[in-house]
Amino acid sequence: MKYAEEFRDPKAARALLARIAAVTDEIGATAENPVHIMEICGGHTHAIFRYGLDKLTPPGVEFIHGPGCPVCVLPMARVDECIQLAERPGVIFTTFGDAMRVPGTSRSLMQAKADGCDIRMVYSPLDALELARRNPDREVVFFGLGFETTTPSTALSIQQAAREGLGNFSVFCNHILVPPPIKALLDDPHMILDGFVGPGHVSMVIGIHPYDFIARDYGKPIVVAGFEPLDLLQSVLMVLEQIRDGRAAVENQYARVVPEHGNPVSIAAMADVYEPRPSFEWRGLGEIDASGLRIRARYSAWDAEAKFGIGYAAGARVVPEQEGCACGQVMTGRIKPTACPMFGTGCTPEMPLGALMVSSEGACAAYYQYGGARAVEPAE
Amino acid sequence: MCLGIPGQIVAITDPARQMAMADISGVRRAVSLAPVATGPLEALVGSWCLIHVGFAMAVIDEAEAAATLEALRGLGEAQETLEAMAAGAAALEGTA
Ligand code: SF4
Repeated sequence: MKYAEEFRDPKAARALLARIAAVTDEIGATAENPVHIMEICGGHTHAIFRYGLDKLTPPGVEFIHGPGCPVCVLPMARVDECIQLAERPGVIFTTFGDAMRVPGTSRSLMQAKADGCDIRMVYSPLDALELARRNPDREVVFFGLGFETTTPSTALSIQQAAREGLGNFSVFCNHILVPPPIKALLDDPHMILDGFVGPGHVSMVIGIHPYDFIARDYGKPIVVAGFEPLDLLQSVLMVLEQIRDGRAAVENQYARVVPEHGNPVSIAAMADVYEPRPSFEWRGLGEIDASGLRIRARYSAWDAEAKFGIGYAAGARVVPEQEGCACGQVMTGRIKPTACPMFGTGCTPEMPLGALMVSSEGACAAYYQYGGARAVEPAE
Repeated sequence: MCLGIPGQIVAITDPARQMAMADISGVRRAVSLAPVATGPLEALVGSWCLIHVGFAMAVIDEAEAAATLEALRGLGEAQETLEAMAAGAAALEGTA
């Protein structure tokens, strides 16, 4: 357990690991017959590998890496559409830096920028708003990317643009929701999932009740977790205890930050500005009902889809994945990243072929960076 | 971009737009207080917030802020966020 020394409180980490081992034994889970716990959030995936939690926990606990990395599930067609927008004369295309290296059909935003498109990495949609104020003769388009953690920021920015009558600002909305893909995975007969570690920062916004269906309709435990390593261990223990006791409930390990009902201002702004799309495409997972958001008609003046006739408004277009890439199978937990023929050869963080290699929150990048999992290295 | 970063609110800069100046790991950055503005804005000066892409999403206590920052540093995410903030500042000047 040498890695436990890296924790802020190694003693607490060792105590939690001992209890996790004991409860895993009580459940009777083994390497051959493990409990499958999905950490939904890519930030959790990153933390699990960074702190070697997959090696510190007993072989009877198997982590399945969930779809909660917005960059990883971004379809190539949407990247292509971003580039089409950026190629329009007069457009300043703004995006979080995370999206820059996601491969599109022929190039990424990074490559398009090198080719001369005016693409700017911003930290916040507030920066895009400010760019629009300073450049009244240009069209500033912001790429709305991410789950419920970033969705309120674009909703509030659109409301602000509307208040100011800022006509040269629009959002290319590709925001997605966490609960629908979880439901899709639970409905997939090939998936074996015994419990979930839920994304704390998403619940900080939406509260814990959007996950009620997981416990109520599917009988699976879910524990909303912080992303410090001790939070994760505690949450895994809470999931295991529910499994041992035959319970299924939504529990909140991260109550010091996550209010039960979320952030009311953000929820109201999202409801005012956005509505669910009938369905939305996820890279590796396909179309999922009501899993994406679009801008409501009353804000269409700030909707890049309506303004430029692009995106789902112009008809969905599914682009096949790259040859040889196994992203879909990794995304659904069917295979480990190392089983992809491209892993580490045709696909590396420097030259990503699939989106799971782009972000440090992607399972493939985490495996690559930290030499993840027992599949690659024997446990300590 | 998903994990956010703790920052301390140092001044209200534009009450009409609910904008404030925050100190994020020693870097000054304009942030929106809209999500946490349930009372008078001035009351938030000095408090610590979890800031997501420029928006204060939750008020947290100082110990939580310190622990969160340490976790973010461990993951390399704090550095990434500070780089993104620098990129944002450069984008406004048209240099990035
Ligand atoms: S190694 Fe690359 S191509 Fe293979 S599954 Fe991972 S991201 Fe996709």
